[in-house]
Amino acid sequence: MNSTSTPVSAAQSEPPIPLGTRLAEWMPKLVLAPSFVIAFIFIYGLMAWNGYLSVSASRLLPNYEFVGLGQYVTLWESERWWVALKNLGIFGSLFIFFGMAIGLLLAILLDQKIRVEGALRTIYLYPMALSFIVTGTAWKWILNPGLGLEKVMREWGFTTFTFDWLINPDRAIYTVVIAGVWQSAGFVMALFLAGLRGIDDSILKAAQIDGANLPRIYWRIIIPSLRPVFFSTLMILSHLAIKSFDLVMALTAGGPGFATDLPATFMYTMAFSRGQIGLGAASATIMLATVAAIVVPYLYSELRTKK
Amino acid sequence: MGALSIRNVRRSYGNVHILKGINIEVEAGEFLILVGPSGCGKSTLLNIIAGLDKPTEGTIHIGGRDVTHALPKDRDIAMVFQSYALYPNMNVAQNISFGLEMRNVAKAERDAAVQRVAKMLQIEHLLDRKPAQLSGGQRQRVAMGRALARDPTLFLFDEPLSNLDAKLRVEMRAEIKHLHRTAQVTTVYVTHDQVEAMTLGDYIAVMKGGMIEQLGTPDDIYSRPATRFVAEFIGSPAMNIVTGQRAANGFASHGVDLALNAQQRGVIGDAHAEGVLYGLRPEALTFADAGLPGTISLLEPTGPETLALVDTPLGKLMARVPGKVHQQLGESVFLRWHAEDAHLFDAKSERRIG
Amino acid sequence: MSAASTARPFDWHRVALWSVLLLFALFFLVPMYVMLTTSLKDMAQIRDGNLLSLPTAPGFEAWSKAWSHACTGVDCSGLRPFFINSVLMVVPAVLVSTLIGAVNGYVLSKWRFPGSEMMFALMLFGVFMPMQVVLLPMSQILGWLGIASSIWGLILVHVIAGLPSTTLFFRNYYVGLPDELVKAAMLDGAGFWRIFWRIVLPLSTPITVVTLIWQFTNIWNDFLYGIVFSGAGSKPVTVGLNNLANTTTMVKEYNVDMAAAMIAALPTLLVYIVAGKYFVRGLTAGAVKG
Repeated sequence: MNSTSTPVSAAQSEPPIPLGTRLAEWMPKLVLAPSFVIAFIFIYGLMAWNGYLSVSASRLLPNYEFVGLGQYVTLWESERWWVALKNLGIFGSLFIFFGMAIGLLLAILLDQKIRVEGALRTIYLYPMALSFIVTGTAWKWILNPGLGLEKVMREWGFTTFTFDWLINPDRAIYTVVIAGVWQSAGFVMALFLAGLRGIDDSILKAAQIDGANLPRIYWRIIIPSLRPVFFSTLMILSHLAIKSFDLVMALTAGGPGFATDLPATFMYTMAFSRGQIGLGAASATIMLATVAAIVVPYLYSELRTKK
Repeated sequence: MGALSIRNVRRSYGNVHILKGINIEVEAGEFLILVGPSGCGKSTLLNIIAGLDKPTEGTIHIGGRDVTHALPKDRDIAMVFQSYALYPNMNVAQNISFGLEMRNVAKAERDAAVQRVAKMLQIEHLLDRKPAQLSGGQRQRVAMGRALARDPTLFLFDEPLSNLDAKLRVEMRAEIKHLHRTAQVTTVYVTHDQVEAMTLGDYIAVMKGGMIEQLGTPDDIYSRPATRFVAEFIGSPAMNIVTGQRAANGFASHGVDLALNAQQRGVIGDAHAEGVLYGLRPEALTFADAGLPGTISLLEPTGPETLALVDTPLGKLMARVPGKVHQQLGESVFLRWHAEDAHLFDAKSERRIG
Repeated sequence: MSAASTARPFDWHRVALWSVLLLFALFFLVPMYVMLTTSLKDMAQIRDGNLLSLPTAPGFEAWSKAWSHACTGVDCSGLRPFFINSVLMVVPAVLVSTLIGAVNGYVLSKWRFPGSEMMFALMLFGVFMPMQVVLLPMSQILGWLGIASSIWGLILVHVIAGLPSTTLFFRNYYVGLPDELVKAAMLDGAGFWRIFWRIVLPLSTPITVVTLIWQFTNIWNDFLYGIVFSGAGSKPVTVGLNNLANTTTMVKEYNVDMAAAMIAALPTLLVYIVAGKYFVRGLTAGAVKG
């Protein structure tokens, strides 16, 4: 048994690395490669292709003649696009606000040791199991002017109650908010509940010993420690809002007219029904930019802190 | 030819050097302990021996073969992990025979090996259970059984007792020692616990900062520590160390003359201008009627002995006195020791000089 | 956490708490109630009563019509062909995307190599990207492959679109499996694939169930791909439902619309009721872990 620790510089020639070792080293890379390549092509490659379409003269069929920002100019001059954007702002902000508020409220209430918590959770969350088409179809019937909510209220005594939002160009977008919140509030609740349950009990006990009452504890300790959940929920709801297509198609089909158009429905209509591929591609690129502006910083900070 | 040769192994990540040139030769049947504080590189070295990590430079030879680039499974080694890493979805018998199964050993042989190993470790009654149904000590034995079944050239242990409570740790330590004596397999054992190191190993490598501070038998390490670090790391409570300089009468620290024997006087020369470290293990200090004066600031009777922290002109010294003492907290005592019990180190290089 | 209990016989706080919870429960349940009852009525009952009234003479005629004769545009063969298309599409898509996701997750958590984290991050963006941006180029590609109008096109799209999510789920789960398990298996002589089949996969039951449910729900409920990437004979049930409920050719039969909605909703609703726990885990696992 002998040893030294002083550095010994010996010029050793390394024996060749055996084949088995080489193969073993490459296997994980080989296995991940196809998925990565496919994901790369289908996400970034197609994104780039779409980008190119957006600066091309494509109408009914792709036409790869370069027209610079012509499509974008048409886009920003289109009244319908502005309606879609305005709707996105209204819908997005209300959807996020009510979704978060109701979700948080339900989570806090459910956290109060309710006996039938499991059953209530199931009830609040089941809408997420439904397709947005189903939700849209159901709410279209519920909010039906004449036979839906209006009729119920009238028969209950509110004889002058009118609820024609669905066919009212100024109000129709709010029906999308109602249906959207109905579908997603339970999801927000599930996220906040998981966050609440993750809070260390000993912090709460310390606060109680310090003499804080329940609302105080919630306001000063619990809600601030839910900040990460707030951000991830905010991000998920924003990206759901921007992508909203199914719900609008089923509930209002973008109507009346195009009063409830959203960027997603605008894109679809332009690209696939109106034969305006270039314009559709341009609107898709704008949607992408908006989502990226929200998601990329969030993902970046998440992945960095996760290391 | 040694069973394990570690030659000039270095491991770096960019500018971070985890291992800075390790050289160790282990003969067949020897039990080597790698001990050191967290971050000293012992686990990294073990992983490199196992093939779970690659050295930036250097080679590993097992049983005479160069295995530096071989896969772990081709190195004829077995390893027991800190968390045992038993396969949760298999029962004990399947866990033990998995390695043999992977090598396409016939079922009859595998079963025989399982039986042999189970008998050696007295776990025959556990063969049908799943790991979740076993206690900590039982899981440890199954993990060792899994390693033994492969009949390897080299056994590796990565802090296997850290997860056990104190009593169990003592029991399992004895079992591992007994196992090594019976099976006589070359073993490399990593731990941060210096008691395990002292009791289990034939040889101990004390590591710090990616280098070996000292490699030797437990007695070497304890009685003749090569550096200040080794002196303070091994032995609990730690060695008392004071800094002294050459003085008119020979040697002094904090104004107190310290007696040296002839040999010690000889080694303190001009080279040690910055001073010399004078070290005394707690058990070398005794209470006497004359000697170094001091006041007791802490008393810890542990049963067989008493630990006393004494405030002296040399600083606070920890003494280890057999039995009980009649002095109380705050009382004055005199400390005495034999000059040859002192360990001398150069203050600058912190290496042993006598 | 509950308020310190005082032995008051009537706790107004709890009453308020329960009232709010029950009100919301009603809010969520009423639409389902409406869908169900409307589907059991005939048009006369619908006109006579209102949304909330129970059917006076419940019957399944609307359901039968929705299934086999309702008009969905040009054809009037009900939701049946669409439902079958959905089934044919969902089963392979769910299985393939889950399996590939499992293998990817395994590589990304236990066999990391330089650049693998970066690859993962790049794939992750696919979870959030608005699909509008690949619709046009994708239809071109499907056209070139000759599967633009067949179920295979839809299956391919759903598998690719599902890969980032399934990979994420499995990777996050496998990160929680001790690395030492893989190391021990390596020392025992098992290679990449044997470790996967013999050790990792048997330990993956919870996450596999979560992923299967998540993928099933998302793929069955999808509409956007269904409407863009399908041909005349390969439209899924969501497209069928939308066509049925939006036909302008005939008098609106709300009971048939509701029956059709129920038919489209039943598979995912049933999965939710049976295995709702796993569904929730999928939601929170995917979302909270980013």
